[in-house]
Amino acid sequence: MAAIQPIAGELEPHPDVALVERARAGDVSAYDSLVRKYDRQIFRIAQHVTQNREDAEDAMQDAFLKAYEKLDQFQGNSKFYTWLVRIAVNESLMRLRKRRTGKMVSIDEDVETEEGSVPRDLADWAPDPEQNFNQAELGEILRKTIRGLPQGFRIVFVLRDVEGLSTEETAETLGLSIPAVKSRLLRARLQLRERLSRYFRRKKGAEK
Amino acid sequence: MTCTEFLARLDDLIDDSVTPEMRAELNAHLRRCGHCEVILNTTRKTIEIYRSHEIYELPAGLRDRLHAAIMARCKKGC
Repeated sequence: MAAIQPIAGELEPHPDVALVERARAGDVSAYDSLVRKYDRQIFRIAQHVTQNREDAEDAMQDAFLKAYEKLDQFQGNSKFYTWLVRIAVNESLMRLRKRRTGKMVSIDEDVETEEGSVPRDLADWAPDPEQNFNQAELGEILRKTIRGLPQGFRIVFVLRDVEGLSTEETAETLGLSIPAVKSRLLRARLQLRERLSRYFRRKKGAEK
Repeated sequence: MTCTEFLARLDDLIDDSVTPEMRAELNAHLRRCGHCEVILNTTRKTIEIYRSHEIYELPAGLRDRLHAAIMARCKKGC
């Protein structure tokens, strides 16, 4: 079996490289460490894509099992995490398609919308606006707002801004071009900003 | 620089991928355009809020079920 090469340009091999090597050699505890390291992120991604908790749980479980079975195919020229994310996104999209039978589900959908491309709400926000809401209220606002984004924008925003993938990694994971990722990211950010303004704008007469 | 040109560079500015010359031009626009300043600040805040709040938490017990499923799969043939 060929050894996994460190990612080009990095002086130190990523700590996952050693764990993947050990898992490939049959050490389940090494794979368990990878699972525990990334299960939160993978669940979040699956939930953002499927918008359904049961599907997200199944997609996450199948993604980790599939990745385990395919460890030999992992080339090591990308990060283990981005490889895992790609599997999780595919598993999640598959479940979404099953649930929406007959309805086209693709990360390419709804990309023609112009909503949010031109900001309309130009009111400034209150300082630390999230503090005007309790945790439960804030969670609901954030979930409701991001659920309203077109699928193709939402996934790009989640991978790029929430989960911290680079533009290149996001493009590779979703099979999109770099300009497509950039264009969706800008519109996702602007649409979310516009929608959150409803809740977070500075109240009239509030102290500056 | 117009507001449209500023918006086209908004992501580059947020992601800190602009040349010093472009940054100077963008900052010059910001000094005289309150609207673009609000858009920049509130877009940054949007990203920060989503990054810092875990809106979908891992359900209790899911980690253990996943562990059990991996172990079961492993016993079958790894």
